[in-house]
Amino acid sequence: MPLNEIFSVLAEGALVTIQLVAMALPLATAMAFISGLLRLSEHRALRWLAAIYVEFFRGTSALIQLYWIYFVLPFFGISIDAITAGVVALGLNIGAYGSEVVRGGLLSVDRGQTEAAIALNFSPRQRLWRIIMPQALVGMMPPFGNLAIELVKATSLVSLITIADLTYRAKSLADMTLQVEEIFGLVLVFYFVMAQVLTLAIRALEKHLGKGMDRGGLA
Amino acid sequence: MIEFQWDWDFAWEVLPLLLDACKITLQATVLGSLLAIVIGLLLALLRRSKWKAVRYSAYWWMEFVRSTPLLVQIYFLYYVAPEWGLNLSPMVTGVLALGMHYGAYLSEVFRSGIDGVDKGQWEASIALNLSPYHTYRDVILPQALRAMIPATGNYIIAMFKETPQLSAITLLEMLQLAKIMGSENFRYLEPFTLVGLIYLVLSLIASAGIRQAERRFPKEGFTLS
Amino acid sequence: MSDYAVEFDNVTKQFGDNVLFEQFNFNIRKNEVVSIIGPSGSGKSTLLRILMTLEGIDAGMVRVQGESLWHMQKGGAWLPADERHLRKCRGHMGMVFQHFNLFPHMTVLRNITEAPIHVLGQSKEEARANGLELLRTVGLADKADAYPSQLSGGQKQRVGIARALAMRPSILLLDEITSALDPELVDEVLEVIRKLAAEDAYTMILVTHEMYFAREISDRVCFFDAGAIVEEGPPEQIFNQPKHERTRAFLNSFLNI
Repeated sequence: MPLNEIFSVLAEGALVTIQLVAMALPLATAMAFISGLLRLSEHRALRWLAAIYVEFFRGTSALIQLYWIYFVLPFFGISIDAITAGVVALGLNIGAYGSEVVRGGLLSVDRGQTEAAIALNFSPRQRLWRIIMPQALVGMMPPFGNLAIELVKATSLVSLITIADLTYRAKSLADMTLQVEEIFGLVLVFYFVMAQVLTLAIRALEKHLGKGMDRGGLA
Repeated sequence: MIEFQWDWDFAWEVLPLLLDACKITLQATVLGSLLAIVIGLLLALLRRSKWKAVRYSAYWWMEFVRSTPLLVQIYFLYYVAPEWGLNLSPMVTGVLALGMHYGAYLSEVFRSGIDGVDKGQWEASIALNLSPYHTYRDVILPQALRAMIPATGNYIIAMFKETPQLSAITLLEMLQLAKIMGSENFRYLEPFTLVGLIYLVLSLIASAGIRQAERRFPKEGFTLS
Repeated sequence: MSDYAVEFDNVTKQFGDNVLFEQFNFNIRKNEVVSIIGPSGSGKSTLLRILMTLEGIDAGMVRVQGESLWHMQKGGAWLPADERHLRKCRGHMGMVFQHFNLFPHMTVLRNITEAPIHVLGQSKEEARANGLELLRTVGLADKADAYPSQLSGGQKQRVGIARALAMRPSILLLDEITSALDPELVDEVLEVIRKLAAEDAYTMILVTHEMYFAREISDRVCFFDAGAIVEEGPPEQIFNQPKHERTRAFLNSFLNI
């Protein structure tokens, strides 16, 4: 098979991978913020709930979670297509890691910021969203960037539940044509480029959010 | 819809087999960790090389390996190695892939650990005319170790949790076995749940172990023995 | 209605087993300027932090403008203050911090206007006009669009003062506001406070190590040690004829530097 044909088959797979990332990323972000905030809640039950979610998804393995959702849930009458299973499993898995980033980011903001916000009579909600969160976000960006790359990499797992993503197509092509060096070399480059683009995007976002702030400095 | 409930009999039947397969999982993890530590150290040292080209190559190698999926790396080795005349068993392929993948992560841990050692220690080693080998072995690494232990441990746990991916190249570790048991009996609930629980228990124990080690490791005045 | 802006009534405050105040009584009249001096760890800052609701109390009652701070009356019973009650009380006070605590992600002007807009409900135009006016008062009109990281320590602290004033407090709590500054930047900050004191429109409580300044602007100086007021009185009396041996020792330690 000529290289340009291989390329175009893989490119279609890359598009599926990008779609998976585009769907799982919002879910992971939402789960990270919801559970990260709950872990700092005043209510013990909510803290526990979030901690169980985090420990459970970090303690078991992403592929097992994917299989469980895809193979076991149908037996409970919840039939779920492969794409949804992939998005849910990856979103929940990465979200659990993101939860720690959110929690750590919020805790790393200087206590004096909360005190100043209290002294200015902001409500607890305003303190969080107007004062603490914008500062915490800047510090969260580098670890979020790493997690986004982990997410891109983890999408390769969905090839094992027959979604025709980049990895799946590479494997079928390899089984078919035996041009394995070109195929897998190209796939690695595809993933690498996606990760680099994502890294650059997140760095730009970090710079934008951190406008005016000395990195991590006191003001 | 069929009434679907947890079947204890089936669970008890599967569990011993899974625990047996867990040995394969642990074997891959242990061998993979050892290889990762060696590769990580090597990369960390290369990134401190005198030559810019060596430093850059080591950096981009690390960056490349870290930003591409382990699964694709496993496939790469599995499919490409025979082309190069290397016929590797699934276990060896898996260990190589795990070692290379996590070696890249560990190199960053080791590099920052080494960078964290006070600059005066290098100067003192030069003043004592220690060879580079002795400087690293006797002066720098023992001091860097404390900072490295927790992160290294966490990456090894992460590696442990990625071993199920070796099922993709037919290594009969826990997940692969669970999948086979599941499809033979058309019951996935018990095998997959049990595998998940085994991972959960083992990784929680390992995490607790790391925290313990971190606490016990003396801050000063220790040696590598 | 009480003549006092601030009243501490048999207040006890502990940190764990460590008792900081016990049965502490202390009143400040409206528009009085009070300096609190004393060694570190004596509980001076805690006094301000209790008023600003940054620290709770263990017993007793604190009143601000005649209103109980940490307790509220509901159906004839005293209950611990809830967030709503605290927010009502906080409106009387403004605080300036030792380490400024400016919001690093906001411009200088937004640092000042954020709370008036979102807490007091001022319009953006009104808050902006007031903010710029306050910046002129503290001599920083040209820094409105700068970020805190671009300012010197003295400038940061003047923004901190303007930010507190923008909330139109009647009581100003100044917590060692020059302690984190390089010596040459202290005067520009004290100059602002001097002007404020001269307006006679604020009740001011200063915790300070600037003895000359305390002497110059205070109506009353309190020497605080080990959670109690050892000696208090007009500045001339405290600085010229301290009665208490501990006061004398403390003041001497300053003269000898």
